[in-house]
Amino acid sequence: MGSKAVLQVTNVLKTFGGLKALNNLNLTIEEGTVHAIIGPNGAGKSTLLNVCIGQLTPDTGTVEFDGQIITGLAPHEISQRGISRVFQTPQIFEDLDILQNVMIPALAHIDGQFTFNAVKDLRHRNEVKRAAMEIIEQMNLGDQLHDRAGAMSRGNKRRLELAMCLVQKPKLLLLDEPTAGMARADTNQTIEILKKIKATGMTKVIIEHDMNVVFSLADRVSVLAQGTIIAEGTPQEIRESEIVKEAYLGGAKI
Amino acid sequence: MLRGFLKINMKKLLKNNLVIMIIFSVVVLTMPIWMQPFGAAYPDILQKFVIFGVFAIGYNILFGLTGYLSFGHAAFLGVGSYTAVWSFKLLTMNIIPAIILSVIMSGIFAVLMGYVALRRSGIYFSILTLAFAQMCYNLAYSVLTPITNGETGLQLAKSDPRVIDRLFSEAGEGLPSTTLFGIETSGYSGFYISAVVMIIVFYISLKIFNSSFGLKLKAIKSNQNRMRYLGFNTRPYLLTAFVISGMYAGLAGGLLAATDPLAGAERMQWTASGEVILMTILGGVGTLFGPLLGVIIIKYFENIFSAINQLDLHSFYSIFPTWLENAMVSISSLFVGEGWHMTLGLLFMLVVAFLPGGVLEGMQLTYKKLTTYVSKKRNKTGGESKKETGVNHGK
Repeated sequence: MGSKAVLQVTNVLKTFGGLKALNNLNLTIEEGTVHAIIGPNGAGKSTLLNVCIGQLTPDTGTVEFDGQIITGLAPHEISQRGISRVFQTPQIFEDLDILQNVMIPALAHIDGQFTFNAVKDLRHRNEVKRAAMEIIEQMNLGDQLHDRAGAMSRGNKRRLELAMCLVQKPKLLLLDEPTAGMARADTNQTIEILKKIKATGMTKVIIEHDMNVVFSLADRVSVLAQGTIIAEGTPQEIRESEIVKEAYLGGAKI
Repeated sequence: MLRGFLKINMKKLLKNNLVIMIIFSVVVLTMPIWMQPFGAAYPDILQKFVIFGVFAIGYNILFGLTGYLSFGHAAFLGVGSYTAVWSFKLLTMNIIPAIILSVIMSGIFAVLMGYVALRRSGIYFSILTLAFAQMCYNLAYSVLTPITNGETGLQLAKSDPRVIDRLFSEAGEGLPSTTLFGIETSGYSGFYISAVVMIIVFYISLKIFNSSFGLKLKAIKSNQNRMRYLGFNTRPYLLTAFVISGMYAGLAGGLLAATDPLAGAERMQWTASGEVILMTILGGVGTLFGPLLGVIIIKYFENIFSAINQLDLHSFYSIFPTWLENAMVSISSLFVGEGWHMTLGLLFMLVVAFLPGGVLEGMQLTYKKLTTYVSKKRNKTGGESKKETGVNHGK
């Protein structure tokens, strides 16, 4: 590939008390790839994502996005630059209906930086609604448009959150275990959706435990253990790597 | 078929802003008529209904939409009143400049208070606002006496300059009264002026509720962190909501002074802030009409229930035998007169415990139950087609 790096994590150190959650971690995500990050529980996968979206500030080291350093920026500023994240537990607006849930991120495009402009508001309203409807249809949620989001099943909540991220057309999409806790059928549906997005060429980082998902989607895989990347390569290379089996899979055959 | 069609169309119609506003205006402006049976059709209490209505509508924009519980809104009410009275003293007895100035002044105060308080959320926000309001209250009582006239309260005096009025006419005998281009603003005309103002600001709040600005505020209430990770800088939105509701409170304060030109520090005390919270929650927080309902209930209790005495009770229960009459009177007298706070407290507890959505939710539930009961009954008698029954049109 050799295309340019979208996300460049350099020497990031993040400690919680005495624990080094991220230990001088280096990671490069290339444009247009689907990059999976796997690793045992507590390896620092979610911490890594938290650092990327500005939820946590690293003790040392930098995160570069699109050639600019984003460490130290507020979460909304980072989001404005084009990073979207699907959380491990769905973070949606439980009290609002599905259409509203998707309309809000679509509005962020227009005025995430606050402007109090009613005229602009009206002009974009239909456009925003149309964009939201389109994504909702893609996610097969169209028949529940005016249902309260909080009352949906977990699988649907995850799909809704994915819709909320996709409507923003981010340059980089971070997915934190998009299929965890889903029924088999839901998982398959999600994989289908993710494959469809992959075709659009959006750069994605996926944290995942389900190896089926990893090997069916990822272009590259990084293995994280104790806060550092211990191996990186194509899914095939990772599958055959001895270090990985040792650290993560406990030597079991997959 | 036709019935169903009509029903759906009625629902659509009731969602139309214009229809809502027409019905609302008629209901508000005919208050002197339909309040008659309740014994509340005199200008003083009617003015209170609409003026505190403005206060509660504004409070609901902050608390109802964003979920930020401010304990300091009475400060804006007080600032509005003081500003209005000063405008009467220095400029003119016309209420228009007074009201405009009180809205601007409370807006400035709201910017200052919101800028500091909105750095925190939840209980810390509430405490910061409470501290700010109590500070204003104590300042008004002590240090700022030259401006607020301390304990006595700010009043009009014959020697006031009233610069603009003097341009047109000489000072008359006695104290002048507040006017709107010659119309006196006390009594019924005061009520109608305030009612028109309330209808206008209600329309604004309706617009805010339905705009994407309102949608964003609701989203902040639901999940503020998600808003941040979606790229929203939430604080300016919160500050705007805070300032708007502060200006509503200032407007209410200005109107209070316009109908009765004096301002005292007790208007800023925390109990006054507590009252508007009570009104909003009692009526139904986050709903359009709930807070207004809360205002009517609380102001009604405050003015009517507190005025009932033993004699009234005796005449009310006079149809019973004497021993029962006496027993009933002694029980009831706990809840009226001085004891009206107890009635209100019990009502508030019942509402919060069993109807978190407020009295409005209670009314909606009763309406739903009634309609399903009626349609069931009709179905039993066999007159209607089966399709009609049990149809639940959602909210």
